Amino acid sequence: MNDLGAGTIYTETVVYSPPEAYVNDVPYQLAIIELSAGRRVTGRIVASSEGERAHIGDRVQFAEFRNNVPFFRKQP
Amino acid sequence: MRAVAVVGIGKTAFGAFPDRDLRSLAVEAGQKALENGHASASQVEAFYLGNFAGPSFTGQNHLAPYISTAMGIRGVPATRFEAACASSGSAFFHAVSAVAAGLYDIVLVAGVEKMTSQPTPKVTEILAGAGDLCGEVRAGATFPALFAMIARRHMYQYGTTREQLASVAVKNHQNGAKNPLAHMRKVITMEQALAGKPIAEPLTVYDCSLISDGAAAVLIMPLERAREFTDQPVRVLGIAQTSDNVALDEKDDITTLRAVKTSADKAYKMAGVQAADIQFAEVHDCFTIAEIIAIEDLGFVPKGQGGPYSLAGGTCLHGERPVNASGGLKSKGHPVGATGAGQICDVVEQIRGQAGERQVKRNTLGLAQNLGGSGATSVITILGAA
Repeated sequence: MNDLGAGTIYTETVVYSPPEAYVNDVPYQLAIIELSAGRRVTGRIVASSEGERAHIGDRVQFAEFRNNVPFFRKQP
Repeated sequence: MRAVAVVGIGKTAFGAFPDRDLRSLAVEAGQKALENGHASASQVEAFYLGNFAGPSFTGQNHLAPYISTAMGIRGVPATRFEAACASSGSAFFHAVSAVAAGLYDIVLVAGVEKMTSQPTPKVTEILAGAGDLCGEVRAGATFPALFAMIARRHMYQYGTTREQLASVAVKNHQNGAKNPLAHMRKVITMEQALAGKPIAEPLTVYDCSLISDGAAAVLIMPLERAREFTDQPVRVLGIAQTSDNVALDEKDDITTLRAVKTSADKAYKMAGVQAADIQFAEVHDCFTIAEIIAIEDLGFVPKGQGGPYSLAGGTCLHGERPVNASGGLKSKGHPVGATGAGQICDVVEQIRGQAGERQVKRNTLGLAQNLGGSGATSVITILGAA
């Protein structure tokens, strides 16, 4: 899979009421990320520390794909 | 094109009904609409059904003839329309188009959903099927999450507040408490609405519409024949359905639902009216933010002013322009496939002056806005006294 590179949070939420497939993941942060390459993608944000939140406008870096879902990490 | 009129309406109560199956709900609404329009099943020339996910919720497929024959409607075209939460709005649009074109005279439209037989995570998953399964949904998006992301962006761009969102819920519960067929007839306070259990930040349980069972039906015919059946026909002055991308991340600006704007523009043009002329509306408040964006995209208020206008009471029952006098999806309930047809029934009741405690004062020109998914389908209907 390709590296999606860096991007900026366009919008985000933290999900508490999950679909059946993700009942063990809650709460999780979901975001639409504007990639530096131009397009937008919906992915998850992984917190580097307990309680870390990413907000609109924050820069994020692609971390990995898990089951075809892109995960991003907030840039320090 | 022939002018089309609504001559009969019928609704079941919306709520959680463990003893009722999908078909019995749809049949009840359909029979009430026939009775209300003083017509018999044998006069119906076509049956249009709106239903989002009957096969997923109940396992039953081939729903249109399954329902129509149980009502005694035999031998005519009976077809199901699926457009997520705009399913019965879409069925109504296509039925009106067929009558206007002269294909049929007397047509019954019904919408139904039976949702409460499944646990909430399963319902959430079925509803998410109205989104993009290969992108946003696989990443963990639910419908509350999609509208939460819309709300966050709207707050960021326009300064919309949690209190403004909550004011929509408080107002709709106030109205719904007056509606004998509403799912949750309960007044809530601003403090309760702000302190609700989080579902998807910034939305709490009080920002989300209800998971409901229910059905609604509408009998239509050419205006020229309507007075054979009723002395209170309501005319379809304008109607339009438009579409847009399914995935939220494919939309340029998620604070505007493009399909709502394009369908509203077309319906206003067809009716020969402007946004300012609309006296009251039933809008698709699947989430509080959706009502705020709807009143902006319908042109009732400038972009970004939906929140302040709602908090100031402009959309209250006795405000400048009442919105969701029925209680909306928030309090009345949201059996998704029934919602569009239910909105038509609610607008017709207002125009006939039959809305009881919920009656709006200026009631001769009303609008219904039915939305599918996060804006991939929009149906706008403008109704007026004939």
